[in-house]
This record gives sequence, C-alpha cells and structure tokens, in this order.
Amino acid sequence: MDWSTTIGIWVAAFLTLAIFSFLYKDNPFYKFAEHLMVGVSAGYWVLILFYTAFMPKVVQNLQAGNWWYLIPTLLGLLMWTRLFKGWSWVSRYPLAIYIGVTSGVAITLEMKAKVIEQLYGSIDLVTQMNSANASTALTVNNLIILIGVITALIYFFFSKEHKGATGFLAQIGIATLMIGFGASFGFTVMARISLLIQRLQFLMFDWINLPRG
Amino acid sequence: MNFFEKMFAIDRRWVYLTLFVAVVVSLLLDFSIPVPISKEARNIYNYIEGLNAGDAIHLALDYDPSVSAELDPMTLSVLKQCFTKDIKVIITALHQFGPALAAERIDTAVARHAALTGEKKINGVDFVYLGYKPYPVLIILGMGQNYRIPFPRDYYGVSLDSLPMMANIRNYSDVKAVINISGTSATDWWISYGNGRYGVPLAIGVTGVMATEYYPYLQTDQIFGLLGGLKGAAEYEMLVNTPGPAVEGMKVQIVAHAIIILFIVIGNVGFFAMRRSEKRKA
Repeated sequence: MDWSTTIGIWVAAFLTLAIFSFLYKDNPFYKFAEHLMVGVSAGYWVLILFYTAFMPKVVQNLQAGNWWYLIPTLLGLLMWTRLFKGWSWVSRYPLAIYIGVTSGVAITLEMKAKVIEQLYGSIDLVTQMNSANASTALTVNNLIILIGVITALIYFFFSKEHKGATGFLAQIGIATLMIGFGASFGFTVMARISLLIQRLQFLMFDWINLPRG
Repeated sequence: MNFFEKMFAIDRRWVYLTLFVAVVVSLLLDFSIPVPISKEARNIYNYIEGLNAGDAIHLALDYDPSVSAELDPMTLSVLKQCFTKDIKVIITALHQFGPALAAERIDTAVARHAALTGEKKINGVDFVYLGYKPYPVLIILGMGQNYRIPFPRDYYGVSLDSLPMMANIRNYSDVKAVINISGTSATDWWISYGNGRYGVPLAIGVTGVMATEYYPYLQTDQIFGLLGGLKGAAEYEMLVNTPGPAVEGMKVQIVAHAIIILFIVIGNVGFFAMRRSEKRKA
C-alpha cells in the first residue's frame, strides 16, 4: 500500500471516530469534523459548478462568438443584486423568468407522473379485479390497496367532521397511513444500520486490518 | 424504581453501545443468512439479461459518498452484469458530490472485470462516462433530445462525436433503459421527465429511506424494477453471483434489527406497565 493511501485511511479513520464521538457527547473533535465537511463540501461544489457550468456555458461560448449567451449570463449576474440594498429588486426579474420556465416545464409533467398515472393505477385495480382470469389472491390484494387509498384520502377530507361513517373510514385511513409509516421506519432503520456497517467495516478491516468473519 | 422504570431511565448511550458491539461481533463472526430475491429486483436482472450484446443502457448514478454504503454494491453489480453481457453503458452523475465517486466506481468495475475475464473494457467503446452538469431536470430533458446538448464532451473532455460507442446513440430512443441509482430526488425527476416525458423504460435503486416512496410507481409500470437499500443491493449481488459487502451486511442487519425490535418491545411493555400502575395509584 502506498503512503498516500495509508495517510488517507488514517485521516478517514480519525474523522469517522470524531463524528462517532458525538454519540457520547458534543465535543471539539466532532465540531472540527463537522465544520471540515461543510467547508470541503462548499468548496468542492463551487469548483464543480465553475468547471461544469461557468466555463463551458459562459466562457467557452463567448470565446466561440456565441454572443446570445450574454443574455442568460446577464440574467445570472442580475441575481447577485440581491446582495446590494437598494438594487435587490432587480433580482426579481431573472428569478421571475426562472420560476416561469420551471413552472412551465414541471407542472404538466409532474401532474402526469405523480397524479394522473397514480389515478389510472388505482382505477386499474378495479379493472384487474373484474377481469375473467383474476385470482382470489389478486382480488383480495387489490381490494386492500383500494380500501387503503380511499380511506387515506377520506382522512385528508376536512370539509366534513370526522364523525359517524366518515370518522370510521378516516380511522381506517389513519391505520393505513400508520402501516406506511411503519414500513418507512423499517427501511430507515436498515438504511442507518447500513451506514454504520460500512463505517465499521472500514475501521475494522481497512484501518485495523482485522481478519474478516 | 421497578425494572421498567429503570429501562425508561436508561441512558441512550447504552443503546448505542449495545448496537455498536452487536455490529462489531456480527462482522467478526463467520455466518451467513439467506437473501431471498424479490420480484422487483429480479425484474431488473431479467431485463438486462434479455438484452443483446451491443445494446446500450443508461446508468444514472445520482448519489454522493454519504449513501455509498447502500448504493455502491448496486452500481458495481449492475456494471458487472452489463460488462459480462457486453452491454454498452452510458453513465451520468447528476449529484454535485457524485462525479468523482462515480468515476472511481467505474474504474473499480473495469478493473474487476479485467481481473475476472482478462478483457479490458474501454472508455468510449464499451462505456461512456459523461459526468456531472448542474440542474438535473434540464439535463434529463436535454438528453432526451440529444445527449450532445448537455454533454458535448464526456467527463474526460473528449467530444462525444469522436467516441465510437456514441456513433449510433442520439437520445433515449437509442438506449434500452435507464437504471437510476440514487440517493436524491433525482429519482423523481427521472420518473417525471425521463419516463414521463420521453417514455424511456426506467428502473431504480434507491436508499432504504427512500424505498417505500417509490413502490406505487411499480404498480403503475412507471418503473419496471426497484432495489431498496442494502437489501436490494444484496439481492443484486446474489443475482450477479458476486456476494460482496451488501450480502455481508445482511447478516449484521438481522442482528441489529433483532436488538432494535427488542428495545421497542421492552419500551412498549414498559410504557403500558407504567401506565397501568399509574392508573392503579390514581
């Protein structure tokens, strides 16, 4: 192993332990590691943006004589007027264009992907149940999903007081949501443990060189 | 103070220590647990297996080092399968902290393939790494028209027109699928803009925290496969017959989960026992 890799492993091990030390209590080592990460991330991002956006989009295009790139460049520069009191209103113009373009691009496609398609999917559950070759398992499964979707939506229907039949259905809706949150919690535990496993694998096998089980 | 009151008053650092010891011991012990393969993981594997040599897919690696524990095994497994099947791969990294990480993982996959088969996969011929450009939504939409709009050059500064692999590839119509491995909301953008706007077949590999959010898209066929967290990664490692850190991690997961469940059970039993005794006192 070359010396640069060895130094890298020791630095990474020190920073890992510094972050873990927060589990005992807040301390200067944790603060150092935390601040270092924030600083390095910010610096890395600035450089990445400079070389992947500013250089190719602005500098190289203007050098190549594509003068119309001055328009977006100017709009980008106007964003910086936010920093100057008295001129900050100017930044609203590029911001308005940005929001307008984003809305135009996003609204229809987001609506299609996240609402319309999901609505079709829910309607399709009924179609599947009505088909001639629908098995009992499929019918029960689709029925559970359908009841879950409808009752969860009823829970968010606030124009009618949650009493009587509405209250009963809203309760089923809450139970459905709780099952969803439970599944999310289970996955979240797995995700967090995964991160711990990776760090401990690094400390035990790459840093201390313990034999693998 | 009875047992449950004592458990309620326990310093949370004991919980951390218990989990820490459990993970360390599990890693040191030599045992394995079965990793059953889910339908949504097998769908991705079967889809790629069904492609012909020379077909191309797009591998979108939209994650940073903070979630590499869960997503690296997916990346390496998918690349292994593609390289073995001689599938061409276009790779992008649309997370600002991801481009260097992705480049390193590609190098690892190339080196492993060379060690296994003796064949060296070549950039520009067998795969193309395009790297990062800001504003992922615009980049995803741009690549749908022509890869050359957002990426006139690849990550290494070579013009796309000079790369042999890109000669017959213009946009998503020329790739068989997009496999998005992501720890960010880029997955939403691939669903809305990649699949929603251009209809490209899409499969995803996401972190455990994100996984439940995307299951509804399986039912509507907006995605054809899903790898969720370390479990999904372990499944894919098994599918490509290369058990690695994800499969090793599953034996630790089962011990850690058992401990967490035990703490939850103790906590809940204690809660109800204490409530009952308070009612009696009242």
